[in-house]
Amino acid sequence: MSRIATFLTRRRGDGGRWHWTDVVTWLWLGAGLILMFGPAIWLVLSSFKTPAQLAEFPPTILPYVSETVAVTLNGETRNLPLYDVILSDGSADQLAELRRVGTVAQMIDPADPETVIKVPITDRRPVREVGFAWDNYLKPLEAFNFGQYLYNSVFVTVTATIITLITNSMAAFALSKYEFRGRNAVLLIIVATLMIPLSVNLVPLYSVISTLGLQNTLWGVILPTVATPTGVFLLRQYMLTIPDELIEAARMDKASEWQIYYRIVLPLTAPALAVLAIFSVVWRWNDFLWPLIVLSRKELFTLQVGLNTFAGELNVQWHYILAMTVATMIPVVIVFVFLQRFITTGIAGTGLK
Amino acid sequence: MSFALANTIGAVFAAPVRWLAASIDAPLRLWQRLTGKGGMIAFFLMPNMIVFGTFVIIPLFINFAYSVTGGNELFLTDRSFVGTQHFDRLLTCDNHFDPSSCRDDLFWTAVWNTARFVVVQVTTIAIVAMGTALILNSKIPARGFWRAVFFFPVLLSPVVVGLIWRWILQRQGLLNFVMIEMDLTPVNWLIERDWAFVAAVGVSVWAHVGFYALILLAGLQAIPRDLYEAAEMDGTRPARVFFRITLPLLWPNLLVVIVLALIRAVQIFDEVYVLTGGGPGTSTLYLTQYIYEIGFASILRNPGLASAASLMMGGVLIVLTLGQLGLQRWRDRA
Repeated sequence: MSRIATFLTRRRGDGGRWHWTDVVTWLWLGAGLILMFGPAIWLVLSSFKTPAQLAEFPPTILPYVSETVAVTLNGETRNLPLYDVILSDGSADQLAELRRVGTVAQMIDPADPETVIKVPITDRRPVREVGFAWDNYLKPLEAFNFGQYLYNSVFVTVTATIITLITNSMAAFALSKYEFRGRNAVLLIIVATLMIPLSVNLVPLYSVISTLGLQNTLWGVILPTVATPTGVFLLRQYMLTIPDELIEAARMDKASEWQIYYRIVLPLTAPALAVLAIFSVVWRWNDFLWPLIVLSRKELFTLQVGLNTFAGELNVQWHYILAMTVATMIPVVIVFVFLQRFITTGIAGTGLK
Repeated sequence: MSFALANTIGAVFAAPVRWLAASIDAPLRLWQRLTGKGGMIAFFLMPNMIVFGTFVIIPLFINFAYSVTGGNELFLTDRSFVGTQHFDRLLTCDNHFDPSSCRDDLFWTAVWNTARFVVVQVTTIAIVAMGTALILNSKIPARGFWRAVFFFPVLLSPVVVGLIWRWILQRQGLLNFVMIEMDLTPVNWLIERDWAFVAAVGVSVWAHVGFYALILLAGLQAIPRDLYEAAEMDGTRPARVFFRITLPLLWPNLLVVIVLALIRAVQIFDEVYVLTGGGPGTSTLYLTQYIYEIGFASILRNPGLASAASLMMGGVLIVLTLGQLGLQRWRDRA
């Protein structure tokens, strides 16, 4: 405990007094912690609440479920919600609600189900404990196509990333390890494409996709995204650092150019390939505008498009929307937890996003 | 993740790649013998250039063709030449500062909304990212953890970001609850025009600021330590150290950050679209959404008009990107 205390109160320098900059620093960090993580945590907590609880104001922090009790009435067993009730004589009791008529509830004692007690609804509070409304997650998986959306998203992400790695690394190899006429022209074209983001080319790109018969296919989503100029540049910069002597030596040993690419250069480029792979996975998983345009058939939706449509259609059913938002967030959170260090150093080193 | 684990994962991926690559070695050897090195270079470049050509270069030319043809047909051969009609429609205004006096009032609403958004959002990002980077660069315990904290929202998808904040900003949401607890008047964040703008800016800053803070942090860490040690020995005041050492040496990075943020802010769409849908009314309608709605979503679909608008946005982006490339070159030389 005391070690935590020293850790928390450690100041700039050694043992100096608190300076105003320390106060600013810790306020900034504390606010950052709450602002950056808070919304996501609030989302997760909310996603486990029942619709009734989501409508409550002021909201509770933790999700609760109401307790029910099994009561046998006229030979029929029913689960009735349990309430803490203050009776008309001032005494407190736990009763189950049979039905509610206006502002009066007809309640029964589970021990003595034959006697009906009438209680004004202002004199009672539901008995509840911390619990999770798993139905929020299970129902949409059954009733809506979330399994299909998940499959589509995984397919798009994995396929696009594999193609990106292959095509970009081949081009980067040619552009870093060979001298040829027109190399600068090719590099210039690739730089030029940096200036034409997807949002500028939406309409004509859609016409190209339609001409190729790729509208409403997952390939129509995948192919336009794979030729990332940033990927080619990242890999080329890395390959330039691989000594040409290695390649010359391999040529002496009668290695083909293809073998030089996949047996020598590619393994040595592994760290850069890993960075590009991680980025590509996050980019493609999060893509929204382009899939929204290409896909109009529900069974082809990616998770992002499906979630947005779902949120639009079920405007009031927040319990489902929140649960599916959490489900969509999970893969990215896993990437964040395990690969955060790779990504942050990758960005710092390359300025890639 | 430990490097042993990374190596294992790498080996698992590498095995099938090697096997597949080896299986096409024989035909490629033949190709190399027939066409020499030039043929192999072409082979290596081909897949990437085909994709670039088909999905970037060709569409760019089609974009120009669309912008001078009319109708709502998708195939160019079905469209008729209309000259500069779309550009005339977009650019004709009695007073360019007043969208309601323009022939295409929605376009100018989007233009001015975007301009306002860009100015406020980029300024906020620059200030917050700078502050965060400075604090992450000071002597704090568990720096890696804090860096991760500010970076976390960057990875979230725009749809998730939009929905998280729609939930928090709704009338009976968490933020209004916190405001009531603090004795402030609750606000209809997504229903009142000005607050919706504040929400759009705030949410997009929240989602992206960590990325820019990281770039600035890398810049700060590249400043030689001995400069600060010398300043400390001279007893220079911290404010003076900041303005005489930190800011001048960080300036190139700060400019790169600003231009990168500008490029992204001009194209803002995803998270705001999910958050507000461009509303209330048209108060958070930005250029990309205008292009999307005119090109695809609205019943008055007009691809030519959307193309003309996107070319104009493209012009702005080309200037900004050239600026960014120039700046990066200047920074890396300096």
